[in-house]
Order: sequence, then structure tokens, then C-alpha cells
Amino acid sequence: MEEVKLLGTWSSPFSYRVLWALELKGIPYQYTEEDLYNKSPFLVKCNPVHKKIPVLVHGGKPICESMVILEYLDGPWPHNPLLPSDPYERAVARFWAKFADDKGTVIWTMFRSTGEEQKEAVKGSLEMLRTIEDLALGDKKFFGGERIGMVDLAFGALAHWLGVFEEIVGIRLLEPESFPRLHKWTKNFKEEPAIKENLPDKDKMLSNFRCLREKLLASP
Amino acid sequence: MAATDVKLLGVGPSPYVNRVQIALNLKSVNYEFPEQTMGSKSELVLKSNPVHKKIPVLIHGDKPICESLIIVQYIDEFWTSGPSILPSDPYDRALHRFWAAYIDDKLSPVMRELRMAETEEAKQVALDRSSEGLALLEEAFTECSKGKSFFGGDNIGYVDIAFGSSLGWVRASEKLAGVTLLDQAKTPGLVSWAHNFSSHQAVKGVIPETDKLVELFKMFQAKAKAN
Repeated sequence: MEEVKLLGTWSSPFSYRVLWALELKGIPYQYTEEDLYNKSPFLVKCNPVHKKIPVLVHGGKPICESMVILEYLDGPWPHNPLLPSDPYERAVARFWAKFADDKGTVIWTMFRSTGEEQKEAVKGSLEMLRTIEDLALGDKKFFGGERIGMVDLAFGALAHWLGVFEEIVGIRLLEPESFPRLHKWTKNFKEEPAIKENLPDKDKMLSNFRCLREKLLASP
Repeated sequence: MAATDVKLLGVGPSPYVNRVQIALNLKSVNYEFPEQTMGSKSELVLKSNPVHKKIPVLIHGDKPICESLIIVQYIDEFWTSGPSILPSDPYDRALHRFWAAYIDDKLSPVMRELRMAETEEAKQVALDRSSEGLALLEEAFTECSKGKSFFGGDNIGYVDIAFGSSLGWVRASEKLAGVTLLDQAKTPGLVSWAHNFSSHQAVKGVIPETDKLVELFKMFQAKAKAN
């Protein structure tokens, strides 16, 4: 069995996408917490192009970019697959995973901005949530169907990080009455043992992100 | 399956549409390519891609598939009898996916900046960034090709399609900005790869002529300035 290492950070939803996937598949791994203000030589060696986490190292070979890693995992570990087997359903899953990546940044913008910029980001975030509510989930328990799949992991930030950002900026986006399906999904998602037992501490997140927001707003 | 079962919505000058054409050609899949009007979206596009309202869209039977690289993967996974587009080894697949993401997220935007640059300073910044990106891609080519003609090895693969589809626009950017991007001295691997890619059976006739793209770009710029 070749060794699996995960380089990540405790507060990154991208890092958690991979961690959750490893837990869901029951893959033993060694986790290393990276300091992004003081990147380790190993991280830079594994990801010379972006110098970012998460990085998965399998048998000494690095794989970078969270969604690339998730696609990779079904290869050597096909049990509890993250993607469906049907080509069309795989295309649909990939579509929503890409949507999560491309559109998800608007929530970060809402978090790190004020005034007009934040107003626009709030509008964009609500539109994004509306699209997911109306088109992505249907009446399924998870985006992956009966089990958590790649799309659920891709949207994981909505289940835990969004609430923290909402509290810090004082804006509520994911109202249960407006987004009943999505709201229910966040509950179901966080109740799964592999997720429940692997979530960053909320108070630690509040303190950390509050500090970060102040820093970002203070810098030019 | 009859040709009418596979329909590609898009326009010829779009490198994203070209990706799908190349993939379909590789798999020898017959398809319909109804002419879409540049700059306007047909009812069918809006209905098939309600989220992004963009082309390309592949309609297979009655199922729409959106996003060019997702369509390419779908084509690879559905038509398994043709040559494989993604490698069979999971690690090699991850490498191809990584580089395709790099091309879309990092390289294409800086090349676009180069085309759009209005000042010498902006042009130089975009050129430097493009050169850095291409240097990385040259290394990627060495790693992925393992001495063969394509990123995919003996045959065109995922990264070949992801980057090769933009060769028309790379050449157009060179003409518009008066620069050389694929340089024999700096990126010899990519230079010979570009030649091999463009002459491949599945690619011939797909990517529009450079002069046509230059003309199109100038037309768009003029229109944008007039509005």
C-alpha cells in the first residue's frame, strides 16, 4: 500500500474537500498542516506552479488542485465512488463541480469587501444559491444521490464556511425559507459521520476569519 | 447512431467549440453543426444551457452537455471504441487535468490580455506573463509526451486538445501584438508540437485561418469602441 500524504490548512474548504474524500473512502493518510505565510520547501517542490494547498502525495507523486485530486481518487480507490459511472451523469456532476469553483468566489468577495462591491457580491451570491436550489439538487438527499459525491464535496464550503462568513459580515444569505432544499442539504451533509467528525472548529474559524477580514480591509 | 443524434451548438472561431469538434473527429463521430449567429444566442442554446447561456453545447439524443472540457471528457467516456483522449493511468490523467486547468485558468486569460493591450506597457506585462506560462507548458510537454509527438503520447490527448484548440488565436495574438509566442529557441518542443497538432487528421479544417481571426478581432474591437 503506497503512502498517502495530504498537505493542507485547517481553515481551507479546498483542503477539506480532499480530507473528506479520503475519510469517505477510508483511505489512511498522513496530514501535514502548512503555514501559507511560510511555505515549506516540500510544498513548493510538490506544487511549483501554484505553490498552493491542497496537495495529495501518493507514493511520492504529487497531485495538485482539489478537483483534480477528487477525480484522481476514484482511480486507485474505486470503492465508494465520488463520481457516477454513467458518462452523462458524470458530465452533469463535473458541470456542477465546475460551477462551485467558478461561481463560489463571489462569496469570498462578499466576505472581504464593503460598500458597493459587497452589495454586488451579495447579489451574485444569492443568484448562485438560487441556481443551485432550482437546478442542481432536485429532490435528492445529496447532489450525488443517496450518497455524498464529488459535487457535495465541491459545495462543502456552503455547509460550514458560509455560515461563518454570514455571521462576521452580518448578512444572512442561506435563509431556510428561501432555499429549503439547500438548507436541508447542509444539515444532511454535516450529519454524515465522515464530515461531522472532520469540520474545523466554528469558534476558531470565527476568530480567524474575523482577523483576516480586518487585515484585508486595512490593506490597500 | 445517426448524425442527427449528435448536435454541436457553437461557432467556428471559438476555440472552445473547436475542442469539441476535434474530439468528435478523433472518435469518428458524425455530427450536425447547425450554424449559430456570432454574438447572439439561439433559443436552443438558451434552453440547453440555462445556467451559463454559452456555447459550446453538445446535444446527444435529447441530453445537453455544457462546458468544452466536460464535453470532451463525455465524448471520451461515451465513445470508448475510438482512440482514448485521456490516458488510462490515473496519475497521468491527473497530470492532464492539471495542465488543462492551468491553460484555462492562467494561460488563456494572459493571452487575451495580450490581444487587448492598448499600451506598450500593458503589452509588455502580458507578453512576459504569456512567456512564463508557455515556458511552464514547454516543461509540461516534455513530461507528458515522454519523447513522443503529443502531450497524449503517440496520439492527440486531452492537453493537446485543450491547448491546441487555441493555436489559431495564439497565432492571431502574435500578429496583432507583433510578437512571437511559440519561439524555436525558448519553446522548441511546443513549436514542433504545434506543427504536428495542426497537421493531424482530426484537426485539419477545424481551426480557422489566422488572418480570418485577426480580421474578426479587429471587427469586434471596432464594434466595442463604437458602443
